[in-house]
Amino acid sequence: MQKTFDIPRELMTGEDLAQPGMLSCQGCGASLAMKLALKGLGERTVIAVPACCWTIIIGVYPYSTLKVPVVHVLFETAAVSASGIRAGLDMRGEEDVVVMAWAGDGGTFDIGIQSLSGVAERNDDILYVCYDNEAYMNTGIQRSGATPMGAWTTTTPSGAVKQEKKKDIEKIMLAHEIPYVATASVAYPDDMIKKFKKARTIKGTKFIHLLSPCPPGWRIDPAMSIKITRMATQAKVFPIYEVENGKYKINVYPEKKIPLKEYFKTQGRFRQMSEDLVKAAQERADRSWESLIRMDGEA
Amino acid sequence: MKQVIKGNFAVAQGVRLCRVGVISAYPITPQTTIVEELSEICARGELDAKFIKVESEHSAMAAMVGSSTAGVRSFTATSSQGLLLMHEVLHWAAGARLPIVLSNVNRAVGPGWNIWADQTDSVSQRDTGWVQIYCESNQEVLDSVIMSYKLAEKILLPVMLTYDAFFLSHTSEIVDIPDIEDVDEFLPPYRPEFRLDVDNPRTFGGMIGPDCYYEERYVMHKDSLKVLEHYSDVCSEFHDKFGREYDIAEEYRTDDAELIIVTAGTITSVTRIVVDKLREQGKSVGMMKLRMFRPVPVERWLKVLGTVPKVVVVDRNISAGLGGVFANEVQAVLYNSETRPVIYPVVVGLGGRDVTPDDVEGIINYALENDKPKDVPLFWGLKQ
Repeated sequence: MQKTFDIPRELMTGEDLAQPGMLSCQGCGASLAMKLALKGLGERTVIAVPACCWTIIIGVYPYSTLKVPVVHVLFETAAVSASGIRAGLDMRGEEDVVVMAWAGDGGTFDIGIQSLSGVAERNDDILYVCYDNEAYMNTGIQRSGATPMGAWTTTTPSGAVKQEKKKDIEKIMLAHEIPYVATASVAYPDDMIKKFKKARTIKGTKFIHLLSPCPPGWRIDPAMSIKITRMATQAKVFPIYEVENGKYKINVYPEKKIPLKEYFKTQGRFRQMSEDLVKAAQERADRSWESLIRMDGEA
Repeated sequence: MKQVIKGNFAVAQGVRLCRVGVISAYPITPQTTIVEELSEICARGELDAKFIKVESEHSAMAAMVGSSTAGVRSFTATSSQGLLLMHEVLHWAAGARLPIVLSNVNRAVGPGWNIWADQTDSVSQRDTGWVQIYCESNQEVLDSVIMSYKLAEKILLPVMLTYDAFFLSHTSEIVDIPDIEDVDEFLPPYRPEFRLDVDNPRTFGGMIGPDCYYEERYVMHKDSLKVLEHYSDVCSEFHDKFGREYDIAEEYRTDDAELIIVTAGTITSVTRIVVDKLREQGKSVGMMKLRMFRPVPVERWLKVLGTVPKVVVVDRNISAGLGGVFANEVQAVLYNSETRPVIYPVVVGLGGRDVTPDDVEGIINYALENDKPKDVPLFWGLKQ
């Protein structure tokens, strides 16, 4: 059983590669996520950032909040541009430098999935991170393939909230049989840093899916963003696990389990969710969790 | 060493001689044999490069954005739909000032599906910021790969060299393949001032507002114009080293010409024969081979064409609703000449329709016989 509320020592000590001055909204999960990721990866890291909130968060020319090299790339090319960087660094003999693609859910689940699949099929040696805030937040809250069923967005407006299920991106990535697939959450920073440290040591394509709260998009109080994000794991809708060379391991067994309805209630975006949709979502979450438990520890 | 090779093999040899570090490409007819030959060259250990076999042309160019930013010489090749799929990334690569070299086999754009020669694919990329060079022979294709890297790495702009589908890509010609030691002397290793470096972290391509973007694009435009002068240096250095002459454009028997025909690609070779024949008949005609199309060699075009009574421009491409793109641009340049020539825009050979010496002769005679063009543009050889 894992303690979930420890603040990792790394967060309080050592140099921060992610500096103050980020142009993010209050309570933004994505900015905290970068800080945690770089704590795990260290300074020998290069980042490819496609169009996403981080295009802005990093700062406007000539400023950058990050003390590692960053290449801004096109929306649908995070994975393959990272592969290109990898090839270039390998030709320079810098195999030890980690190349991380850092994309949002739109850039991963939707427009970038083709090049991501190509990279995973070739098992190119990059770390791909999707910080998932469950909609196109940078353009002002439009639905993506990662938006949960029942959620309001500006393109699934009042009276017509999203009816379709969220894509199971882990299953898609696992189907490529890459060496490492993991979920992580800014609400569990100790677990998250560990995963980035581990990813650094693995050759081949690594995929980490982060749940990253977005107060304006989720219609929540910024002060509550970490608490609500933790509830997603407690409600089993965003389980924290990893699959290393096909072996499943659940990393967080929440001490407190809550019904999904409680999680939905905390957020304005789910205000119009019908009882039927709540029931369907609960059933889906239960099924996924049970199948995850069955696979836990299995190769 | 002289060998009889196809245009696509000439490209692959050029890439080997330039010691390219990262290749990324996706197969498309008629470019495919470049990808195959480069795979063989890498597999045989004749070139120490990473070859990323991507899932699309869009990704091929996106991978180049990564590898070139990492400071490594990068190459890709494509054709037609593949080039169009790359369009977004072409703009990005040029804006990021990455010295990538791309060879494009000019092929028609669908629908209907047509794999034959047509330059609409590359002319429609003219606003991407890439240098564009049109080749006429397999020797020129190979030499252009080498010269393109020299130019690109000097000015930090990407270069696209193009040549006609099948007429060059799949036709064997005698090509003098330079020794790699000589190419090494001509083209030193790529050592960029700025590249991805964990010891000196920088951010590339980040957000810039209205206060800087305008100036940034102005600088890019000015640098693009400098290509004309730099390329002359590259060509003269290449001539000194390898003995073959190239330029931003080529004049053929233009002295005292009362008509000059402007061509690009393999139609040029056909036209040379026709010009010789007509000269023998006492007709004072000449030719200007359009070689560099971006940046536009304005001064050169004005000098060659500005005082000639008649200019025929042959386009194997079409911008529907306008006509041939080369004719349109030549027209724009010649508007500034004091004695504006009469311009005869002619669209020919779209989708690989053969353009024979008889066709070119007919086109020139049509212009000689008419004081003004009868049609703008004239569609030569159109079936009624």
